[in-house]
Amino acid sequence: MTLSQLEVGEIGIVKEFTDLEMSVKLMEMGCLPGEEIRISRIAPLGDPIAIHVSGYQLSLRKFEASTIVLQ
Amino acid sequence: MKADIRVALVGNPNTGKSTLFNILTGLNQKIGNFPGVTVDKKTGFCQLPDGRTAEIIDLPGTYSIYPKSKDESVVFSVLADKAKGLTPDLIVVILDASNLKRNLLLYTQIADLKIPIVVALNMIDVSEKAGIDIDIDLFAKKLGVLVVPVSARKIKGIDQLKNAIAYTNKIALQQDTIDVEVIAPQIIAQIKDDLKIDNPYLALQLAHQHETLSYLSTEQSDRIEKLEHEFSFHSQKSQAAETIARYNFINDLLYDTVKKPETAHDETVSNKIDKILTHKVFGFVIFFAILMFIFQAIFSWSAYPMSLIGDLFLWLQKVISNVLPAGPLVSLIVDGVLAGLSGVMVFIPQIAILFALISILEDTGYMSRVTFMMDKVMRKVGLNGKSVVPLIGGFACAVPSIMSTRNIENWKDRMITIMVTPLVACSARLPIYTLMIALVVPNRNVWWIFNLQGLALTAMYLLSIVSAVTVAFVMKFILKARERGYFIMELPVYRMPRWKNVGFTMYDRSKTFVLQAGKVIIAVSVILWVLKSYGPGDTFSHIDQKYHQTQYTKTMTPDSLTKVIASEKLESSYAGVFGHVIEPVIKPLGFDWKIGIALISSFAAREVFVGTMATIYSVEGDADKMESVQQKMHSATNPDTGQPVFTLAVAFSLMMFYAFAMQCASTVAVVYRETKDWRWPAVQFAYMTALAYTASFIVYHWLK
Repeated sequence: MTLSQLEVGEIGIVKEFTDLEMSVKLMEMGCLPGEEIRISRIAPLGDPIAIHVSGYQLSLRKFEASTIVLQ
Repeated sequence: MKADIRVALVGNPNTGKSTLFNILTGLNQKIGNFPGVTVDKKTGFCQLPDGRTAEIIDLPGTYSIYPKSKDESVVFSVLADKAKGLTPDLIVVILDASNLKRNLLLYTQIADLKIPIVVALNMIDVSEKAGIDIDIDLFAKKLGVLVVPVSARKIKGIDQLKNAIAYTNKIALQQDTIDVEVIAPQIIAQIKDDLKIDNPYLALQLAHQHETLSYLSTEQSDRIEKLEHEFSFHSQKSQAAETIARYNFINDLLYDTVKKPETAHDETVSNKIDKILTHKVFGFVIFFAILMFIFQAIFSWSAYPMSLIGDLFLWLQKVISNVLPAGPLVSLIVDGVLAGLSGVMVFIPQIAILFALISILEDTGYMSRVTFMMDKVMRKVGLNGKSVVPLIGGFACAVPSIMSTRNIENWKDRMITIMVTPLVACSARLPIYTLMIALVVPNRNVWWIFNLQGLALTAMYLLSIVSAVTVAFVMKFILKARERGYFIMELPVYRMPRWKNVGFTMYDRSKTFVLQAGKVIIAVSVILWVLKSYGPGDTFSHIDQKYHQTQYTKTMTPDSLTKVIASEKLESSYAGVFGHVIEPVIKPLGFDWKIGIALISSFAAREVFVGTMATIYSVEGDADKMESVQQKMHSATNPDTGQPVFTLAVAFSLMMFYAFAMQCASTVAVVYRETKDWRWPAVQFAYMTALAYTASFIVYHWLK
């Protein structure tokens, strides 16, 4: 299951990444293995999404979210 | 001013770094460039409690010293490059106390470079309110640095911060955060050896960033490249391992020092606001309402101050021509410089309002929501959600907006944004639109609240956005991508705008506009005055002689005689000759040779147009009756047909021309600076001019 499959309000815990290049950028922003992520909202046009992670709000596209594998 | 100590401010975006910088330095700051790159370098001076002076450098906000964009690459190169003499003696790392975890990543990276550090724990009031309990003494002890809780917005803790800066040791005393050497032991050891560096983290960063660091010699860079292959160093894998290690350190640190309330899943105020502002329907309605409000505000709020400034210049012109004896010098000042200047100065209120409103949108955090909402649409047309900010900023001025594209990480997205931003109706077009609309569009309301002139202006602004988006869409298929695009962006919590910052931006931008435009305008006005006051050979004396003959002096009143002489002189002056030369080219657009003069003179800067019009038409004005440009242009008639020059068709054709044409030397220069290739501005200039001519031609023949 990846982050992009969660609905608004659902929570997941990061397990690993499928894409090394994206993982480096995401980890810098606090999306690390073991970290809890909650989907805050989805942009009016369906993409990107906003997530709550490491105590703040981050937005990323659905594609980037699909590289985050959840536990 | 000479500084005793150099201090750099480093921190994540949205941590209040600029606010802190403004408080520390007051109005005592200047904007320059970092050597070699075109990133703005803000420096200022600050008096320390022990009597020393500190030079404060505001480095671009970044989440990590691994740069993802052009802006961010400055941070590491300033900290690492000892040769240029920019390396700070001390770094103030600003941490957002309400969001410590992500903020600490940058701290740990900076700390391991072993430059003395003071931590400013900003927004301490916000975190206290949220129930976050930070054991500051333990936190400071574990890091081994001075930690000062501050609230830059409420101006609290600033004296303590200055004290900490003054009393911090010249030697870095902070604890190591991670064991850097285990990440890539061999290459670190070898680089340390080869380049005579004793800091392992600096060596590791050189392994990562050597290709983009200009201060390394080619041999050094090649040597590192070879070492990378020798020890099969993989930059991304190494960075991933490092980031995980750093967050392990951070989690341990926060576990011991910070207690958070268990109600983390509560609806925050920011969340509630987002529910409305990024709502499927209301989100866009509100966004367009805000844009609409900005345009209406530009028009209605500025009316009174604009007429004041206009009157002031009229009064000045009158006083000077009454007090000083008539002659070429007075004519130069009154009809040349003052007429040109007043044409620009009246637009200060509009520009100030625009800049103020845009900086409020950025300051509150709303602009990043616009980015969030618009990303999908923007991606469809070959742009990026982050292109929205430069495009909206383009309403003010393309120059800073093109510079602000540096935070767009993707090369193709950034290039397209740069190419289309000058199409957005900037504030320099505003004077032209205002003047033309005032000439041909009646000033009355439709549907109760909408002013017809305001609507016409809104239409011009909408057109500019539509054209920018269309051109971007075309370029999407022409340009080839260099790397994968992505969009990972923080959504900062909503905050009240900092009015001081808004005021500061407004003052600063307006000043820059007036100074830069003012210089060009005075120069152009003087040249133009010379060109229109003198003609080739002795044509002028011929005209004088001609009208001295009795057949004219007897039949005409002295008043109309001077008018006829003046306009005939203008036509045969150098300016008139130039205008006539290009008239065949611009005639299909409905422009006469007088407008031709204005087109040529506004080649370097659009705003010169109005000043030029003022100068040209003041020739025909009555000497003792000063009129505003608008009045003069309104009464201007075509000598052949007797019809007014500025008909609906001509006015709109002119507006179209200025909407599309790249009449701005500063933009050309900045595009070159940002792309480092003359072909970009050349292509941009060519396509925009072609668009301008076509659009004007169509509009003129359609409305004629």
